[in-house]
Amino acid sequence: MCHQSVGLLARHAEAVGISTLCMTSALDITQAVNPPRAAFLDYPLGHTTGKPHQPALQREILLEALAGFSDLATPGSVKTLPFKWSEDKSWQETAQRGPDDRRPRYGTPQYQYEADRDRAEAHVPMARSGA
Amino acid sequence: MPVEYIERIREKYESLGYGAYQWVFNADTPPWRPLPKPLSECRLGLVASGGIYVSGQVAFHYRDDTALLEIPMDVPTSELRATHFAYDLTDARHDPNVVFPIDTLRGLAREGVIGGLAANAYTFMGGIYSSRRVREELAPRVTERLLAEEVEAVLFVPA
Repeated sequence: MCHQSVGLLARHAEAVGISTLCMTSALDITQAVNPPRAAFLDYPLGHTTGKPHQPALQREILLEALAGFSDLATPGSVKTLPFKWSEDKSWQETAQRGPDDRRPRYGTPQYQYEADRDRAEAHVPMARSGA
Repeated sequence: MPVEYIERIREKYESLGYGAYQWVFNADTPPWRPLPKPLSECRLGLVASGGIYVSGQVAFHYRDDTALLEIPMDVPTSELRATHFAYDLTDARHDPNVVFPIDTLRGLAREGVIGGLAANAYTFMGGIYSSRRVREELAPRVTERLLAEEVEAVLFVPA
């Protein structure tokens, strides 16, 4: 859904005169929503701009992607970035297969750390309670 | 051959007894605004959907949350957090740059590859099932902020 949401936002911004480029690791979802420009990185979801703690690789990925602002000359085109997650494609076999690993759709703020909750509630008492 | 997510998600929902999700299919020619000058002279914005927040902000919830958070582009990376119901957060919590390339963009701006960065990045929790709410509630607010940031170009990053 992330990829769909991002594509919709990019179309809205581009329509008022801002150039946009969408990263994507879900090519079919991006092609369906059809944003102005996209750069496809064939990595597992949750790594749309690189692997953790590999700043040199993250830089290379964004350099290639951002070049799309000038390379891509046709509305709706997608540039495939020249990076592989691994030599084999085993990660692709398990993507979105197997048990449902989504977390329940809680309607209250979901903090990474309890300390974050304490800090947020100190700033904004009753922040979004019951939302 | 890229993963066919639409088909895999349909299979998953079917196995769970859910109906098929109605994806957005836009068959038109999308809007188009060429970059007005080289990227090295442009101010770039960042919008990311991976549920990134700064410690001290109210975090996202998981039920079609259309909240938008403003994150100062000079935020310490150690203050960034990730919350989302639908992707594996492990790596994003170790290094937010995998879905929110803040250090990467700051580096490219220092190098001069990018002319400059907006004062703020914007984040949301992209797992919003209602595409109507994304279009009607979230998109106008995001675009309004981007216009106020006076950016010429924006990088959008889903998770």
